[in-house]
Amino acid sequence: MEKTFASARRAKTLFWGEIMAETSAHGAAHHAPPQGFISKYILSVDHKVIGIQYTILSLVAAFVGMALSWAMRIHLAWPDVHIPLLGMLAPNGAPGGQMTPEYYLSLMTMHGTIMAFFVLTAAPFAGFGNFMLPIQVGAADMAFPRLNRASFWVTFVGFLLACATFVIPDGPPLSGWTAYAPLSAVGAVAGPGQGWGQNLWGLSVAVFCIASLLGALNFIVTVLDLRTKGMKLSRLPLSTWGWFIDAWVSLLAFAVLLPTCLLLVLDRLGGTSFFIPGGLVFNDQLQPHSGGSPLLFQHLFWFFGHPEVYIIILPAFGIVSHILPTFIRKPLVGGWKVITFSEIGVGTLSFVVWGHHMFVSGMSPYMAMVFSVPTLFITIPSVIAVLVWVFSLYGSNIRFDTPMLFSLGFISLFISGGIGGFFLAQPSTDSYLHATTFVVGHFHFTMGLSAIFATFAGFYYWFSKMFGRMMNEKLGKWHFWLSFVGVYCVFMTMHLTGFAGAVRRYSAFVDDFMIPLIPANRFISVAALLLGATQFVFLYNAIWSFFKGPKAPDNPWGATTLEWDTTSPPPFDNFGGRQMIVHHGPMEYDGEASVMQTSAEASVAGT
Amino acid sequence: MPGKAFAVVVVIITLATAYCVMAHVWWMPADISVHGPRIDHQIEETVLVAGLLFVAGQVVLAAFAFLYGGARDKPKQIPGGAKPLVIFAFAIVGTEILALSSIGSKAWGAVYFEAPDPSAMHIDVQAGQFAYYFRYAGPDGKFGALHPELINEGNQNFFGLDPDRDPDAKDDIITAELAIPVNKPVLLTLHSKDVGHSFDVRELRVQQDFVPGLNIPLHFTATQTGRFEIVCTQLCGLGHYNMKAYLSVLKAADFDEWLKRQAAMQ
Repeated sequence: MEKTFASARRAKTLFWGEIMAETSAHGAAHHAPPQGFISKYILSVDHKVIGIQYTILSLVAAFVGMALSWAMRIHLAWPDVHIPLLGMLAPNGAPGGQMTPEYYLSLMTMHGTIMAFFVLTAAPFAGFGNFMLPIQVGAADMAFPRLNRASFWVTFVGFLLACATFVIPDGPPLSGWTAYAPLSAVGAVAGPGQGWGQNLWGLSVAVFCIASLLGALNFIVTVLDLRTKGMKLSRLPLSTWGWFIDAWVSLLAFAVLLPTCLLLVLDRLGGTSFFIPGGLVFNDQLQPHSGGSPLLFQHLFWFFGHPEVYIIILPAFGIVSHILPTFIRKPLVGGWKVITFSEIGVGTLSFVVWGHHMFVSGMSPYMAMVFSVPTLFITIPSVIAVLVWVFSLYGSNIRFDTPMLFSLGFISLFISGGIGGFFLAQPSTDSYLHATTFVVGHFHFTMGLSAIFATFAGFYYWFSKMFGRMMNEKLGKWHFWLSFVGVYCVFMTMHLTGFAGAVRRYSAFVDDFMIPLIPANRFISVAALLLGATQFVFLYNAIWSFFKGPKAPDNPWGATTLEWDTTSPPPFDNFGGRQMIVHHGPMEYDGEASVMQTSAEASVAGT
Repeated sequence: MPGKAFAVVVVIITLATAYCVMAHVWWMPADISVHGPRIDHQIEETVLVAGLLFVAGQVVLAAFAFLYGGARDKPKQIPGGAKPLVIFAFAIVGTEILALSSIGSKAWGAVYFEAPDPSAMHIDVQAGQFAYYFRYAGPDGKFGALHPELINEGNQNFFGLDPDRDPDAKDDIITAELAIPVNKPVLLTLHSKDVGHSFDVRELRVQQDFVPGLNIPLHFTATQTGRFEIVCTQLCGLGHYNMKAYLSVLKAADFDEWLKRQAAMQ
């Protein structure tokens, strides 16, 4: 029976032209390193190259997204200011560099779309995950290297489609990253950017969904099938646990967003009415649609959209849980189990809370209670995770290298973000705070900056492994301090103005009650510009270190997992033909002493 | 040293935030509705519960970063391991959650689970890019039927009424401002002619989306006279920031006078 199954699988892998799944388990890679530039760096099937490609793509996307937020913040604080560069990019949207209200919304839409998908979903999961996961489980590559290559290039096409919205005459769509129907569904009558801009947006996100589904499958199969000898699930590094759980959530969530985008595009181009009810009137013209439901779109979007928040944060949980033990020199409290089960709890509950985005949407008010209670209950596994991180610091020997500082920053930001969740999880309090800047501050803390801080932690931690050189610690620390204070100045202030009812997504402040908030808004803008400028310290550090950084040893942090058990950067087959045999869990730290996972020595931490 | 600096920065941020919230540096305007005090109470309750967790979480994080930065002795785990942490999360946070959601559901229910008072005054509200229009039934107490195909903003037929053939529509009073009598229950029916919009009056503690294709009932009673802003909080297009109307809460006599004037202007 087992033999038939194995040969069936072999036949299937050969059909796909894949490297056979068993190769790494037997220690010898069946594929030789590629020689040409294109097959080595562009169309590579090597998970390490693909991981770096994802990382670079999300870095580029992050700076694009940040530039958009700069333009928005400048416009909000100084509405009369002309930004000549913007005028050149968008002669219609910003004539003479002066942003129109609709172009503000376009920039906001693309800021959200690019950041949520191409940065926050891509960097911590696909970027680091691709590079590190196969090495951490002791494999030579992902289970499906060609699918892996496809998922990167499909993501790249998605990014190009998103960027293409900027060069079409109408500009990007203005319906926000949530693209609520019918604003997003009826076409150009709804406003500037709602023609081809919105079409491209729908296609871009649909393409991104396909790439994410391919990636998620690959991660799941790799963890299940390609673990090396002795790498029991209980010995998986915690970052791999984060990616593994995350892949399941991705698989289930993107499988819903993909058809949602396709239905939206069909409503727009195919004359269907999935999300458009009858009797809509634009410019005194009755629209030729009937029978669709705008709330259906919201349900489908948030069925994806809320798990998406956890798709973004679970790799961050994993990365921080992986980094902390190295720098506190002891295992996490509760070992691998408590943190992992809290991640599984968060991932599972994330599928039953989506309605908390819709308390005031016109959904049945009884349903609000149904979604409120699990939303509050998801706090419990989240609190357990935070308690594990915080109380693991107790009695430790903290080494404050840059990856550790960013991990500590992550914990602080995640606590602050989580607190806002109490207000937004209850329909009674949400009915006041909904659509205020409180919400903007909240999700930037939780899924935005928490995930970014964990990504920075991972970047400073793994840079040496990925590129064979150390990053500059001094610049890294400056980057941390300025970012940490800057993030609080921007997003905590947004929480506070939210209490005064400051409405989000306004391109100008014309309401009587918004005018007294203008000074606070200017403060946010100044802080946001400085926060953005700080990121160039990081960029400079990364580029300088890539060329000039001191050569990295194999294991600069004294860590224990398999990626530190090979050269920096690792050879093409990851371990130079060595068969890795795992004897220990990933958190064998006891002060200065530590034991590699592959070491046959006795355990020092009893994990 | 970085541990101590981290601790100091985190504590400063925590105290500054706590001060701004406690001192109401930016805060809700005074409530003017019958149901509002329950919502305010729930927000205060949540500030207390969540605020304690916030301060406790940040201070413990800061303290550990402060204390365990330089130690070079053998690391040790917290006594009792993870068990007390898990118990704390389930017992303390779980209890807080149950308390918040049971009290909060009453505040929510007071707005949404109760039927409107039978005597409530019925007003029809239509949102469109980028204005609100309000419709009063007129002396006959009946609203005329809506015909979207007849909507013609040039002719001021914002709702698509057919007064020539529909006697109910003849005396409908259409306004750009929402006036209501104080201390009288009001029932709004919210509908949109194009995209999603929202009806948000901070002082009323009311925020409700308009959903195209749906008629959404919303009822409340205002307790104080005055003039308040109704703003759109659901992204509706290029004029979103500028979509607003005014709510006038008037004494009963003033309201009757106002409605008469509006009727004369139709």
